[in-house]
Amino acid sequence: MNSEQLALTGWGRTTPSVASLVDISADELTQTGVLERLDQSGRGIIARGMGRSYGDPAQNGGGSVVRISDGKIEVNSARGSVRVGAGISLDTLLREIIPLGWFVPVTPGTRFVTVGGAIAADIHGKNHHVDGSFGSHVQEMTLLLADGTQRSLSPTGEHTNLFWATVGGMGLTGIILDATFSLIPIETRHCVVTNERVPDFDTLIEKMIASDHLYQYSVAWIDLCATGSSLGRALLASANHASLDELRVMNPKQTTDPLAYSPPMLADIPSVVPNVFNKLTIKAFNELWYRKTPKLQHHTETLTGFFHPLDMVGWWNRLYGRNGFIQYQFVVPDNAVDTLRSIVEKVAAHGHASFVNVLKRFGPGSGGYLSFPTSGWTLTIDIPSGVDGLDTLLNELDEMILGVGGRHYLAKDAQLTPAVIRSGYPRLDEWKAIRRTVDPNGRWASDLARRLDLL
Amino acid sequence: MNNAINQPQTILVLGGNSDIARAIVAELSSPALKTVVLACRDAASADTSGFANDVEIATITFDATKHALHASMIEEVAAEHGDLDVVIQAFGQLGLDVADDPVAAANLVTVNYAGAVSSGLAVAAQLRKQGHGTLVVLSSVAGVRTRASNFVYGSTKAGQDAFATGLGHSLHGSGANVMTVRPGFVRSSMTKGMQEAPFTIDVSDVAKAVANGLKKGSSVVWAPAKLRGVFALLKFAPDFVWRKLDS
Ligand SMILES: Cc1cc2nc3c(=O)[nH]c(=O)nc-3n(C[C@H](O)[C@H](O)[C@H](O)COP(=O)(O)OP(=O)(O)OC[C@H]3O[C@@H](n4cnc5c(N)ncnc54)[C@H](O)[C@@H]3O)c2cc1C
Repeated sequence: MNSEQLALTGWGRTTPSVASLVDISADELTQTGVLERLDQSGRGIIARGMGRSYGDPAQNGGGSVVRISDGKIEVNSARGSVRVGAGISLDTLLREIIPLGWFVPVTPGTRFVTVGGAIAADIHGKNHHVDGSFGSHVQEMTLLLADGTQRSLSPTGEHTNLFWATVGGMGLTGIILDATFSLIPIETRHCVVTNERVPDFDTLIEKMIASDHLYQYSVAWIDLCATGSSLGRALLASANHASLDELRVMNPKQTTDPLAYSPPMLADIPSVVPNVFNKLTIKAFNELWYRKTPKLQHHTETLTGFFHPLDMVGWWNRLYGRNGFIQYQFVVPDNAVDTLRSIVEKVAAHGHASFVNVLKRFGPGSGGYLSFPTSGWTLTIDIPSGVDGLDTLLNELDEMILGVGGRHYLAKDAQLTPAVIRSGYPRLDEWKAIRRTVDPNGRWASDLARRLDLL
Repeated sequence: MNNAINQPQTILVLGGNSDIARAIVAELSSPALKTVVLACRDAASADTSGFANDVEIATITFDATKHALHASMIEEVAAEHGDLDVVIQAFGQLGLDVADDPVAAANLVTVNYAGAVSSGLAVAAQLRKQGHGTLVVLSSVAGVRTRASNFVYGSTKAGQDAFATGLGHSLHGSGANVMTVRPGFVRSSMTKGMQEAPFTIDVSDVAKAVANGLKKGSSVVWAPAKLRGVFALLKFAPDFVWRKLDS
């Protein structure tokens, strides 16, 4: 065990709090009396993965923040599943399983998340409309409870409620020690990708509705600086895993070792840089991004190129400077397209949204009490934290979103209020009740939980 | 917990009827603000009017001279209302007529300085425990260089200011912060009827400077900002010049 008093933030680098950050093996963590010792301050304990959530869910000011420092990967090829320690990252896992012909059932826009973080936030990927969120693929997991005992949870077993309270439960039901989940078989490390420039919002919506069921993966990078007749212009990317036959036809040079996987790292952003994003640079970036893609492109891309392009630059979050940034992600129902358009108009008029703005259509939710994904449109907006008028803008968006029955993503949130979360998550009280049965004395706590009144 | 745009959820005001503190609360108000706790010599005397509708306004008794009660009062507030994001130390007296009255002067010291030290330490212990939060100390330029006309008051502010900046250093790395605010002459009910000095400002100006300082994470804020340069010079002005300026 290794512990250090440290100021921690999420990926957005906005609200630091100082806690004791503890790196500990699963073995040591589960020994008797260890949780009591970690909770000596009385401020509680929370698990942390790789700190890739944007706000404060993996922080716990004055208390303990625990990272599991070891873990095994056991692939079961016959069943197409894997059992993984919760502290293992998707990066490590992918390096192990891709060469064996498997892919994770869900990946976010970065490989640098842990299995524990993936379950706790019930993360979604570009395949949500087809495959659902991460929690839907979990067959079994081991949860360390507040009293130090362990419980094996499955989606339909004896402890089904606790399973679905833990999926999306932001670490507040206990510490996930390991999980078994299904994998996707692949023949190559490539995808067959169709990229298409879409000139405006209405065309984008039409195209996504018409075509996304034809692809396993589908997502749109939307230019939130464009206004007028270009409002909502986007690059729509749709893809399937490339079979060996497809690769032979489309990219024969890559067929020699089709499952070799070594994702490139191009650069690291140094720790102190001024905020490079302002209205001008953001607009220029979006313009370039839109123009760089041909009108219609059909080709193969590597898994890294398609799923994790941002990972090629380490610590890109530092580009936002000292004030950090906010990622605002919400979902509104399928029929709320007009509201979605008004939101895009509002954000474009404000002019500060930056470059990772993504529109995606979700399929049905997983069943997690606090799971974010649910049928409808989800939009992700990055905005530097210091800009003028941000609070007013976000408050207006909150109202519009809640007005049509939408909700916000806890793994991204850093500025919502308890009332907004309560309104977006009608099962919050049921979740709290389940949580209390396994944590009656408040052993688990996080800054997010305190800020949003989740406990 | 502050949100990502630096808006606090819970504010405690020591000296809950202070005009400047109330202006700061107004400046820091947002939909994120849940609770404001007004700590006054007599809880019943706290003026709970004038705050945004959906904010819970709580009151508690706080006597700056009852040092023994400060720690338990802070603990009680935190137990009831959760983490304290911003605590404003705003109590104090001007003590205009104390220069010829040793007992009254010592009492002023007990309120303005000893009270600031004991309540400041109690707040610091809580913020350290939380791993986050900021103590905003309303000091004064009167303590930067004391004047013949209010040197006892000025000396209490000098003590409070030195305490606050030192406390800030001692909290470095704990997640807790101290921001020392040095306003010049501020038009408020405390200074009503007094002759205005150069660079006189309104409470709302101080409030804006404080909000801005919190956003930037400043350890010292002058209000108006110009006073920083002015006092850099005045501090070293020869005595006869200083006396002349003061007359
Ligand atoms: C560039 C980028 C792109 C992203 N793209 C997507 C995306 O496309 N889709 C998506 O859904 N998300 C996305 N995210 C968000 C990210 O997937 C989630 O925030 C994820 O939870 C981060 O995992 P982590 O291991 O870093 O966990 P942390 O951020 O460290 O923690 C997140 C939560 O998980 C809990 N937790 C961590 N480990 C455990 C454990 N062992 N047991 C119990 N609880 C635990 C923590 O307590 C915390 O509440 C993206 C993030 C970034 C930075």
